[in-house]
Amino acid sequence: MNIIVLVKQTFDTEEKIFIAEGGVVEDGVKFVLNPYDEYAVEEAIRIRDDMGGKVTVVSSGPERAAEALRTALAMGADEAVLLNDERIGADEHAVAQALAAFVGTEPYDLVLGGNFSVDNGAGQVAVRLAKLLGIPHVSAITKLDIADGRAVCSRDAEGDTEILELPLPALFTAQQGLNEPRYPSLQGIMKAKKKPFRELTLDDFGVTAEARTARAELFLPPQRQAGKLISGEPGEQAQELFRLLRTEAKVV
Amino acid sequence: MSRTILVVAEAKGGVLRQVSYEAIGAARTAAGDGGTVAAVIMGSDVTRLAGDLAVYGADCIYSVDHSALTHYHPEAYFAALQAVMQEVRPDGVFFGHTAWGKDLAPQLAAALGAGQISDVISMDTDDSGELLFTRPIYAGKAMEKKKFMSTPWIVTIRPNNIPPLAAEAGRTAPVTAVAYPEPPLAAVIREVVQNTAGKMDLSEAKVIVSGGRGVRSAEGFKPLEELADVLGGAVGASRGACDAAYCDYALQIGQTGKVVTPELYIACGISGAIQHLAGMSQSRVIIAINKDPEAPIFQVADYGIVGDLFEVVPLLTEQFKQALQT
Repeated sequence: MNIIVLVKQTFDTEEKIFIAEGGVVEDGVKFVLNPYDEYAVEEAIRIRDDMGGKVTVVSSGPERAAEALRTALAMGADEAVLLNDERIGADEHAVAQALAAFVGTEPYDLVLGGNFSVDNGAGQVAVRLAKLLGIPHVSAITKLDIADGRAVCSRDAEGDTEILELPLPALFTAQQGLNEPRYPSLQGIMKAKKKPFRELTLDDFGVTAEARTARAELFLPPQRQAGKLISGEPGEQAQELFRLLRTEAKVV
Repeated sequence: MSRTILVVAEAKGGVLRQVSYEAIGAARTAAGDGGTVAAVIMGSDVTRLAGDLAVYGADCIYSVDHSALTHYHPEAYFAALQAVMQEVRPDGVFFGHTAWGKDLAPQLAAALGAGQISDVISMDTDDSGELLFTRPIYAGKAMEKKKFMSTPWIVTIRPNNIPPLAAEAGRTAPVTAVAYPEPPLAAVIREVVQNTAGKMDLSEAKVIVSGGRGVRSAEGFKPLEELADVLGGAVGASRGACDAAYCDYALQIGQTGKVVTPELYIACGISGAIQHLAGMSQSRVIIAINKDPEAPIFQVADYGIVGDLFEVVPLLTEQFKQALQT
């Protein structure tokens, strides 16, 4: 079973966002493997351990994204590929094109990715990739069973669960609840240093990646202010809150 | 500039979702003077909903009505949508940023080689009249405005943010039936388990009552559910409550999980970690109920109660019950 996992390096979710010179400030920020991609990596490792084969993690991003790939290798992935090319940029059409060029050169039975990245949050790239590769996909899965070249998965559809069966090769995106991602062990971290790590650019595939969208502006939302604290006995608090919601906030 | 815009409407439980009306509102802005807003409804026994799309501003309606579309199926819906795309040939397409839209829109974008801007909360134009789409990034810790560099383009809009047009009773629009192309399907739907029967989806809820670690158990969500029921809202949770297995991950609000923008957000026993605040601080009115007066949630709350949620929440439920009965 050859498994390709799409990963992205993102800001840690505990980070605050600061803006300078039209961009998000990255100095001193803690970067992590996108939490949804952790589920995808974990699932890939489990399937490989069960069925044999190879897990290749791939990321389109700058040099620093190598660290997220190393984390995936330390968790247990076998090989890593960084598509490090400024021409790819952040536009989802361009990223999907670049990933399709790479995946198209690799043997694969299964492609896994996160449901979305916690930074950009658009959730487009994996589904676009499935379409570009011409393989079926299911997004936001919470369960995946593979047997005899077929997959049975559960899809989270706003709380409802859809159970689908489909043939491989296929692409899936991981939703929370799919599994409990492992922490890299010390041994895993040591081993990761010796695993194959390729750094590629668009020139390796002879393709271009064109942006279809552009950012025109970046800004911070208005800061909320702390409001009123309501004091008194619980009964009084409830009554006063109710009154304020009615007369002041006018929401109910 | 006038454009032809297609709205991909969505039915749930036999009725159109509110976000479909909001998408028509967005499409009208994008279409410009003299432009056309087309809408498509796909599903089984859905043609009867066409009238509602007309009342809310669609100029023409396409319907793909087939039993194969009873449940959302990534390939079947994509094939149906492609058939409509060939009829309409729009300049832009709007979807709701829902479970459907999130899955269907990128498929269409890839097939067209088109740009897509996801999770849009508002629209405006720049000096040259070009459309700008505002969307949250980092779960709302920052915002960006994006524009397209090619046509056709695709947008998904976040529910509860873009106003629908006023309903115009008696307004009608021509309805065109488009045949379902019956493509071969790789995936088979084995089962659909409806866990949410009768419950409102978090992304569309006007009121959310949310619980954190302070709720202490699955049982502890009971009073929150009762308050949500009285207010016609939905129940959400913090990551802490989900990680502690008090509730399902489907309820999680935050940078991981869902980002929500209700009219009223009631945070019960939630301390307010930055990753949770990112997911809810765009709510219109926020109430925090927490034992710890130092909890960061109070820094973003319009109204705060320092107290025991198990005492305060049932009393609040009682207040609303009485008020709504009279």
